Amino acid sequence: MTEPGLGVQDRMDTILRKVRNVTTPLAGFGLVAAAYFIVAYAPEEAEQGIVQKIFYGHVASAWASYLSFFVTFAASALYLWKRDRAWDLLALSAAEVGVVFCTAVLVSGPFWGKPIWGTWWTWDARLTTTLILWLIYVGYLLLRPFAGEGERGARFAAVVGIVGFLDIPLIHLSVRWWRTLHPKPIVMNAQGPQLPPEMLTTLLVTLVAFTLLAASFIAIRAEIERLRDLAAMLRRRAQAREGSR
Amino acid sequence: MSVAAEGRAARVTFGGAMLAVMRKDLALEWRTREIFSATVVFAALVLLTINFSFDPGQRAVEQMASGILWVAFVFAGMLGLGRSFVAERENACLDALALSPADPGAIFVGKAAANLIFLAVTEAIVLPLFAVLFNFPLGRAFPGLVLPLALGSVGFVGAGTLFAAISTQTRMREVMLPLLLLPVSIPVLIASVRITGTALAGRAVSESLPWIGLLVLCDALFLVAGTLLFGHLLED
Amino acid sequence: MSVTAADTSAESTAVRARGLRKAFGAQVALDGVDLDLPAGTFLTLVGPNGAGKTTLLRMLAGLSRPSGGELRVLGAVPGPAAAALRARVGLVSHEPQLYADLSADENLRFFAALYGLPDPDARIDASLARVELRARRGDPVRTFSRGMTQRLAIARALLHAPSLLLFDEPTTGLDDRAVGILVDLLAELHDGSRTLILTTHRLDVGLRVADRVAVQARGRIVHEAKAKAIDPAAFAGLYASLTEGHA
Repeated sequence: MTEPGLGVQDRMDTILRKVRNVTTPLAGFGLVAAAYFIVAYAPEEAEQGIVQKIFYGHVASAWASYLSFFVTFAASALYLWKRDRAWDLLALSAAEVGVVFCTAVLVSGPFWGKPIWGTWWTWDARLTTTLILWLIYVGYLLLRPFAGEGERGARFAAVVGIVGFLDIPLIHLSVRWWRTLHPKPIVMNAQGPQLPPEMLTTLLVTLVAFTLLAASFIAIRAEIERLRDLAAMLRRRAQAREGSR
Repeated sequence: MSVAAEGRAARVTFGGAMLAVMRKDLALEWRTREIFSATVVFAALVLLTINFSFDPGQRAVEQMASGILWVAFVFAGMLGLGRSFVAERENACLDALALSPADPGAIFVGKAAANLIFLAVTEAIVLPLFAVLFNFPLGRAFPGLVLPLALGSVGFVGAGTLFAAISTQTRMREVMLPLLLLPVSIPVLIASVRITGTALAGRAVSESLPWIGLLVLCDALFLVAGTLLFGHLLED
Repeated sequence: MSVTAADTSAESTAVRARGLRKAFGAQVALDGVDLDLPAGTFLTLVGPNGAGKTTLLRMLAGLSRPSGGELRVLGAVPGPAAAALRARVGLVSHEPQLYADLSADENLRFFAALYGLPDPDARIDASLARVELRARRGDPVRTFSRGMTQRLAIARALLHAPSLLLFDEPTTGLDDRAVGILVDLLAELHDGSRTLILTTHRLDVGLRVADRVAVQARGRIVHEAKAKAIDPAAFAGLYASLTEGHA
């Protein structure tokens, strides 16, 4: 159903549907492949044992969240430029997906840490940065319903989406330098750049799978939001016709 | 006076608009003294609370001095920032600002400049207060404190002014500002605390150079982003 | 597009709108507004709440960006880049848009600086004299009555001698005497040197000073006529039928 002036949104509908149709089955396949690689192919790490295998999902989730937040950043900038609701939809969807992946990082971290060094939380650089990012984008999501009528929430959130993303490298640096002042015996980071080849392959497979997963989630979520918009528009039309009868 | 002649003669510059906004905020604050009294009292309360919660001995104070100071600055600063757009909101003046030919970026910088002055005044009062309450003489270290206080305040106020403009137009604004501002300004906080700590310990500024560079980057990001994005907060 | 002095004097159409739309997602505030307003006219826009009158005025003032359609105000396209246009438009809203804790004089001084106006003292004096507030110039706006605040807002809007003056429901909160003063002021301002647009949901005020009257309902302009040609009684009936069933 088309409305005059919703041209970009129609094009976005088509693109979203194509993205969804391509990435969703690929993501499913990718997840199965990643699971195989993680469980069967990747060797067990000498010191940490099988718990170390959380690392693949943990890092891939972090990667997926950064990817999603980049989409939010780009879509936010485009929204402020073009003021087309389509971009706002995309920014919102990507932010939600990014927060979900952030949560996955924050949850998998303790599950990795507790068996190995007995604490649920260490102020590890990646975990800390992820926590800060989680807070920033939860703020982004909370801003929308509290900002009043639809348009203002979108504009304000777009500003937060832009500033928040540009802040990421600065957060990274400051947290990493801060972390080096309080070194802990073992860092949760990956085994440095010297990853044995099997582990590297597994990591790459997982990264690709999670990238497809993120794309699929964002496309589906954006479609849902678009359908909500259409439903609201139809409701309004019906009410208007009701009123003028 | 012909209409055509008026249209030609009037032109507002970036600096002119910025100064006008800054002067207006300072005049308003001088009239009501709302922000000033709130932030100074609150900062003192923060120092008190820290004292009773941590009950720090002399050694602990030496280690935590920088942190204590910045906690006081951040929370008192947020209180002041939260009030910086109240006049605009209560009287629907944001529209009046947006209506004018002034560059929104200039309005942002003017507001941020005023907020910076308010924060600086608060800091100037909190510093001796801290020195007295915690028996921590600041005299010798003082010159070294100017740089981190200045750079850190600029960054905090830059991001804070932008987010205050947002939060003031939302519900739950008392919660919204800290929620938006604190995570984003963590790099500023970490860097400022580190540089201040080095200065208080009497060590050379050169030790803090990387942190200073990071802080300058933060300041630049927030000021540039604020100047470029503020217009979107004004218009519909 | 910049607005040059040549445009200023040769501009014969103050407002030109074609199919103007304002929507966000599913909410539609303006649904195709067409308007041609010659310079120097006084247009009254009547319509019920929710018709989109405020939205339209904000768009003309450059406070709101259209979602679709064409708009030219004083020959230029309003928007963030049209600073020169904003210098020639004035808006008096039903909210005062003045700083309550500053005096009338301080308020005007601030806005004069914000607009980059030369010789602010003379202008402030002239503006205050026009709205008969010179005696209270040093008093904080907090102490003003609603009518006086309204007059000060008009003084502020006149400072930069705009070519287009917009009034959004200016009678809100005013008693009959204040409304009378306002109407007299509007009649004075309507001297051919500027274009005026007034929105109101009060038909009686709307018909008094205007050259033209338009009815806005459900986001569009549904009727337009010369004010002189309107018979108030008949118009009331027409208005009721045009706005029937409005939210």
